Amino acid sequence: MTQGSASVIESRAPEPQTVPRLQLRGIHKSFGGVQALQNVDFEVYSGEVVGLVGDNGAGKSTLIKVMSGAYIPDEGEILIDNQPVTIASPQDSTRLGIETVYQDLALCDNLDVVANLWLGREAYRDVIPGVLRVLDETEMERRTTEVLKTLDVRIPSVRQPVAALSGGQRQCIAVAKTILRQPKVVLLDEPTAALGVAQTRQVLNLIRRLREQGLAVVVISHNLHDVFEVTDRVIVMRLGQRSTTFNTRTTNPEQVVAAITGAEYRNVSTSDAEEL
Amino acid sequence: MHDPDPNQGVSQRGNQAAFAEQPAHSGVGELPTPKERFNLRSLMRGDLGFIPVLLTLALITVYFQITTTGVFLQARNLSNLTQQIVVISILSTAAVLVLLLGEIDLSLAAVAQTCAAIMAVLSVYQNWNPWFAILAGLLAGAVIGLMNGFFIAVLRVPSFIVTLAGSIGYAGLLLLVLGRQTTLVVRDPTIRSLAPTYLNPILSWGIPLLLVALYAAGIWFEQRRRTQAGLTTKKPSHLALQIGLVSAIAVVTVLLFQSYQGVPQSVLISLGVIVAFWLILKKTPFGRHLYAVGGNPEAARRAGINVVGMKLIVFVLASTLAALAGIMLTSRSTAVATQISATLLLNAIAAAVIGGVSLFGGRGSVWAVVLGALIIGSLDNGLDLLNQDQSVKAIVQGGVLLLAVTIDAVVRRANPVRSK
Repeated sequence: MTQGSASVIESRAPEPQTVPRLQLRGIHKSFGGVQALQNVDFEVYSGEVVGLVGDNGAGKSTLIKVMSGAYIPDEGEILIDNQPVTIASPQDSTRLGIETVYQDLALCDNLDVVANLWLGREAYRDVIPGVLRVLDETEMERRTTEVLKTLDVRIPSVRQPVAALSGGQRQCIAVAKTILRQPKVVLLDEPTAALGVAQTRQVLNLIRRLREQGLAVVVISHNLHDVFEVTDRVIVMRLGQRSTTFNTRTTNPEQVVAAITGAEYRNVSTSDAEEL
Repeated sequence: MHDPDPNQGVSQRGNQAAFAEQPAHSGVGELPTPKERFNLRSLMRGDLGFIPVLLTLALITVYFQITTTGVFLQARNLSNLTQQIVVISILSTAAVLVLLLGEIDLSLAAVAQTCAAIMAVLSVYQNWNPWFAILAGLLAGAVIGLMNGFFIAVLRVPSFIVTLAGSIGYAGLLLLVLGRQTTLVVRDPTIRSLAPTYLNPILSWGIPLLLVALYAAGIWFEQRRRTQAGLTTKKPSHLALQIGLVSAIAVVTVLLFQSYQGVPQSVLISLGVIVAFWLILKKTPFGRHLYAVGGNPEAARRAGINVVGMKLIVFVLASTLAALAGIMLTSRSTAVATQISATLLLNAIAAAVIGGVSLFGGRGSVWAVVLGALIIGSLDNGLDLLNQDQSVKAIVQGGVLLLAVTIDAVVRRANPVRSK
């Protein structure tokens, strides 16, 4: 299960690495006459959390959808571990180890946590080999408990319907579901939207766990407070272009807000970007 | 009939509402460890969610037992009662499958009667072998189900409309099949003996005891596997109680039947159908995916489940079960009529809903059928014993159905599933 990914990298603060886990180069995407993405570069490293911020319509959702296979870019190339890949569908993306958690989470409220985590990829047990096989509930429950423990997700019972969980717990379950597939990159779309304080903390804690597991994590968020709490770098999108990159530790929210809205901070931000 | 399905007790009302109110419970994120917790409220929502319905049934039983001066609970009457609800039970099982998917099938009664007519015509006019005639009736059901499913799953026409149109069309087909006759009497002894036969004592005891033994073995095996995997296990006393309860119900039921003429074959067939579908829904990926599609079709699709295929299969299964119900009905009444019973369809759906199956999909257990059908059957039977007019029967039945569902809704709202 996650043991494989758990042992990859254990560094909390990511060292600058030479090869990005996922890299996009010169991505163009237009819808009719609208240039949604213009010559966008993007990169995320293993064991790193990148915050993708920008105003509405800045192109961050389009960029995420290019990575998750929902949109096919008009131009540009995508590389995983420096290898060029083609992502023509969400299935391609999943196969290449890119998992996306959308805001709607895609959980079945009526099913319990175990059933949700394994939905579509259930473990089986042969009753009569080759003829009759049934769900292996024991195995699924054991591994579910294991994964949730690794990610430090706390829920009252894995046999509880997901409807009974809080928003933060549901978000965590949705993320844990992707972890079962041993991804390389996890894309989180607004993971803390509409969550209370305690739940937000829970989800941010989970994101840190993903980083500890050596995953490359991309977080889209409007909430700069959360972004600053959990990310290593912040990439600002503006008007379909990548405008600025900040190192989270050496910047402050005002600079990011200025970059998002387009106020002049270009000198400061460029030097920050070079520090990386 | 103990129902271990955890989904059964879950609140049926809007998922959205549950989600919207989440922030009010922000404290729950900090629970110490993942650990099973049993208390009365969680039991009411889960394993014991059927208690209100059971109480309703008990009330009805007590009332009729008093007013009929003890006739109601006599072995003879209970044997009759269970045979009277065989058709509703099978049809209701079909309704459960469709309801779990979040769809509805209004053509079940029409399909039942049409397929029975096809079997009858093949047997009476074409002198087919009875088993081939029965098989042809079931196959006709499957074909009709495929047709319903095609419009609903592939062309995405709402199931309400497709099956409503279907029920009218199949009623016409029924008239066409039966020709000018209003009733067609089936004389074939095999078909006629399907329903009214009683099993001999060996089978009467043997089959239920074998099933109980398998059930106990299954529970023991699962417990052992869970222990080996280091998972939380139920207390042995809890398991013993569970097995004891199921055994007791089985023994008392068989004793009751034996004190009259034995276990009716038709009752065993309908229970067999229920047990089979309970196992399919609980233990197989098909069942798991059925609940998933009913709960959140989009999530199911993203998880790689073939939603269209699932819907097709379910409508085929439902119509085939309806055909079986029609065949049992024909066997019991020894004839098929052109008149489709007005109450059959609604009783079948009502039985499912009374038993706790959600009309909105994804929630409920096939065991709902037993309780629901028993309630509906008891009312019918008891009011008959009291020589009540059809008008009174209809009013009382309607009222009790409404009451049962209301109690259910109120109790479940008082125990919101999201609170913990």
